[in-house]
Amino acid sequence: MIEIKGLSFKRDSRFIFQNLEMTVAQGKITAILGPSGSGKTTLLRMIGGQLKPQYGFLKYKGKDIASMSRSELFGFRKNLGMLFQSSALFTDLNVFENVAFPLRRHTNLSRQAIRDLVLMKLNAVGLRGAASLEPSQLSGGMARRVALARAIALDPHLLLYDEPFTGQDPISMGILISLIKSLSGTLNATSLIVSHDVMETLTIADYVYVIFDGSVIGEGTPREILDSSSPKVQQFINGTRNGPVPFHLDAEDLEKQLMVVEKN
Amino acid sequence: MIALLDRLGVWALNYLSRLGRATSMWFTSVAHIPHGQDMHLVLNQLHHVGVRSVLIIVLSAFSIGAVIALQFHTQLSRFGAEDAVGLGLTLTLLRELGPVVTGLLFAGRAGSAITAEIGLMKTTEQLSSMEMMGVDPLYRIVAPRLWAGIISMPLLTIIFNVVGIFGGFIVAVQWLGSDPGGFWSGMQAGVELWNDIGKGLLKSLLFALVITWIAVFQGYDTEPTAEGVGLATTRTVVLSSVVVLAMDFFLTLIMYGDF
Repeated sequence: MIEIKGLSFKRDSRFIFQNLEMTVAQGKITAILGPSGSGKTTLLRMIGGQLKPQYGFLKYKGKDIASMSRSELFGFRKNLGMLFQSSALFTDLNVFENVAFPLRRHTNLSRQAIRDLVLMKLNAVGLRGAASLEPSQLSGGMARRVALARAIALDPHLLLYDEPFTGQDPISMGILISLIKSLSGTLNATSLIVSHDVMETLTIADYVYVIFDGSVIGEGTPREILDSSSPKVQQFINGTRNGPVPFHLDAEDLEKQLMVVEKN
Repeated sequence: MIALLDRLGVWALNYLSRLGRATSMWFTSVAHIPHGQDMHLVLNQLHHVGVRSVLIIVLSAFSIGAVIALQFHTQLSRFGAEDAVGLGLTLTLLRELGPVVTGLLFAGRAGSAITAEIGLMKTTEQLSSMEMMGVDPLYRIVAPRLWAGIISMPLLTIIFNVVGIFGGFIVAVQWLGSDPGGFWSGMQAGVELWNDIGKGLLKSLLFALVITWIAVFQGYDTEPTAEGVGLATTRTVVLSSVVVLAMDFFLTLIMYGDF
């Protein structure tokens, strides 16, 4: 469904991605794992057409996203639901209106039908009772679930999740994991999760890519990733400090930097 | 020397790029005349930028009208020309102070609020999420604010003028004892519909176009950080105020200049 070929993207002079190759299969949950700052969110923004790659292409159902016209792009996004890391709920609308927003903008449904749909979506995430609350009255986990209800309001074909498990308590995390899994099955949607929460992601993903330093360092089913012989992949999934992935950025020797004696 | 030219070139290119983005944003937004379900967004913004600015406009207009009347009366009474206070006050308000002071107050009260609100929406990814839902923020967020500013500023200028004249009347007639007939008849005889009222309102409309343009662009183009939003808000107030004052000089030259 999504095909990424030879994709390169750089900011200033630094390459975020170099010659990236990926395929996101129809109806499956694909996960992209990688450390913070590895460009995972940037990749989601490129899939959503908010950023354009300098080289290579991203195709959705055979159509290059970067070469879509503005109206084509907004049409494509009607089939897309994205869960933002910050939830990104509209602060001038209450919970009900946040979920109703895409329905009101993109459908001609009656008020009653929109009301019923919104309540069903909120029910699916367990927050029907929060319909009249303002976003400022929600906890982080509740806000994430409301954002999820909004993302699935139009039953999209493609669901993008940006760090869905970050900052969640164990109960919220468990609920989110089961929701993502069940929604993918119910909607038969293609799901793409970017995350650095390894174990939670591996429990629901059908296929996993591990990226580091702008390119794919490992891919396969969750089992294959866990059994990977790549030292970089093993260091990332086990969270070990020592290994080929450096913890420290390049810098001058610590002793030399600390033991400086001012010369008069 | 080469490094200096290099920096100058980068600055010029960045400036032109921002100007291009701002112009493109303005035309795209203004071309979208709100209708249907977007009308309530304009009404909502009319309340935020227009109705909520009325109090500061009324208070400022009353005190400015009162002070001008006091100054005029003090000077003109030395020549026995107190009857001209009404006309002088009215022309000053209609032609200059009404549109200019309303513009400055509007930039400080509503312009800064528009920039901060849009900037915060950008910082919290609300604009991005709207785009990802296939809803163009230029239509949903920017256009209603632009139209609300364009509609409300001339109305606020009318309120400013009326309250300013009332403030002047209270001081000149009720307090300092000028003849009320002279106050009103001088105004009736001297004020022209187009030349004074029309041109003053045209000025305020042009100020509204520029102030709302600056406010929405600064918010939309802000660096998505707390510091970025603060700087963008400050830039809106400073830039709008300077542009309003500069524009006023050139508009006055064109409208009333005797070449």
